Amino acid sequence: MTTTTASVIHARGLEKHFGATHALRGVDIDVPEGKILAVLGPNGAGKTTAVRILATLTRADAGEATVGGFDVRRQPDRVRASIGLTGQFAALDELLTWRENVEMIGRLYHLPAPHVRARAGELLHAFDLEDAADRIVKTYSGGMRRRLDLAGSLMAEPPILFLDEPTTGLDPRSRLGMWELISGLVAGGTTLLLTTQYLEEADRLADQIAVMDHGRVIARGTADELKSRVGGERLEVTVSNDGQVEAARAALAGIGPDARVDAGMRRVSVPVSASDGVLTRAIRELDAAGVAVDDAAVRRPTLDDVFLVLTGQHVADGSTTDAGQEAVA
Amino acid sequence: MSATHRTTRHVAVETTLGTWLSDSLQMVKRNLLHIRRTPELLLDVTISPIMFVLLFSLVFGGAIDVPRDSYINYLMAGIFVQTIAFAGIYTGVLLANDLKNGMIDRFRSLPMAQSSVLTGRTLTDLLRATLAVAIMWIVGMIVGFRPGGGVLGAAGAIGLMLLFGFALSWIGVTMGALVRTPEALQGIIFAAVFPLTFVSSAFVPTETMPSWLAWFADRQPMTLVTNAVRSLTLDGSGGGTALAAVAWTLGILAVFFPLGVWAYRRRTTE
Repeated sequence: MTTTTASVIHARGLEKHFGATHALRGVDIDVPEGKILAVLGPNGAGKTTAVRILATLTRADAGEATVGGFDVRRQPDRVRASIGLTGQFAALDELLTWRENVEMIGRLYHLPAPHVRARAGELLHAFDLEDAADRIVKTYSGGMRRRLDLAGSLMAEPPILFLDEPTTGLDPRSRLGMWELISGLVAGGTTLLLTTQYLEEADRLADQIAVMDHGRVIARGTADELKSRVGGERLEVTVSNDGQVEAARAALAGIGPDARVDAGMRRVSVPVSASDGVLTRAIRELDAAGVAVDDAAVRRPTLDDVFLVLTGQHVADGSTTDAGQEAVA
Repeated sequence: MSATHRTTRHVAVETTLGTWLSDSLQMVKRNLLHIRRTPELLLDVTISPIMFVLLFSLVFGGAIDVPRDSYINYLMAGIFVQTIAFAGIYTGVLLANDLKNGMIDRFRSLPMAQSSVLTGRTLTDLLRATLAVAIMWIVGMIVGFRPGGGVLGAAGAIGLMLLFGFALSWIGVTMGALVRTPEALQGIIFAAVFPLTFVSSAFVPTETMPSWLAWFADRQPMTLVTNAVRSLTLDGSGGGTALAAVAWTLGILAVFFPLGVWAYRRRTTE
């Protein structure tokens, strides 16, 4: 792929083994200044390992990476001075209050004490955390901790930010709140790499998406580019009886080629080039074939469809792992 | 590809003596806040030494005869050094605990002197050791400890003890970075430090031991430091072992300071 502007986050051929596990198998990443890249993939795809390498926490076995123009291996201190990191693993000290945490973090960036205090005040105001600042971090809910953690990462106004699954395990309301905060950051010019298991999140926030699976980037592009790979809009029909799925597929053969069948969901979906009148025609055909229909709609493809086309599997929705990750975070 | 990247304002990137000291102080501050929030972290340097002073002086004191002096006067140097040794090595358990949670990752993403996590740890434990010495000294006085070595002798003894404790805390740091769990290190400490304190002049004169054991006891650092502390507190002179005690202490520091930093780097860089 070509980049029109220089990449602030840049990686070529990153590889990483953990014992017999091949966590990364040659990953390239480019994020231009002021843009958001979402690295999307299921658990175990290698997203966190990639972030850890770029944030200087882990060394790659092979490949090279620069962040803010600095080599992550040879100039880790310069990289660290340019980045903020929030996620599953970069925590706050549980026994300290938020204010004590961020003042410590600010001082460890070697910012002068008065500047640190003023900046903490700004962040409190911006994140609406005034009531929360002087309570011990341990006492907060998961959503609140993510906000506090993100605010802590912004202490030194880093031009580059890594967010590792910033909303995993959050309830929908907290997630919306985080999305607003993240959008606001990028409006301020921050270059951002975020990882996520949520298609909606990547779609909503990112300029570019890199889809990862088993240590590789298997696709990249804008949300629209990825969706167009699946063939544009689809007609999706859910039939009433298990036995009629095949009949529905046959009936819809005239609408478009390459129908996909999900027998478990009693669903047939067909790519359609133009949606005008397609739904009416489809219902007529199905009715003529004697197929009872529960639901029929023309919808734009989601990133889940992209994943299905690329890997033959659905993206893990992460719901089964949320509890465990929350405990770790 | 000649974009100019915005680097964070004000951030000093190079590690200098100044940033290293300031980072270490931040770490000390963090450790002290931990102690404030969980005061039970101080049990090993408060309640345990008090118990040891009382148990040894009241229970064994009547049964043990030592040459030239009362047992409590003999005993205190041993209790001091034993407590300091345990507190020093215990630093490793606290570091191993820290390595278990995500905070170390946070530190590693910051442009700080990474070794300040360790110096902050060992400096905090120097403060803990100072508290332990003060408590033991007072409790000792209550049950009859009468040091005759004067202010200079006391200062010399305390200085030597604290330096010895600081040196041992770097052994603790090294082990804390090498073991997988804090519990494992706790086991090692009991298996190694207990025998060393008992096979020394800490609680009884080594002359009463079998000759081969006395040979070892007379030459190991615990005895050398204990004898020096005893001599300094009781009659204000370094006795015959002060130089050897200081040499051992500095030797331990010279080996385990770099070794600890190396072990920590290795542990935190995958």
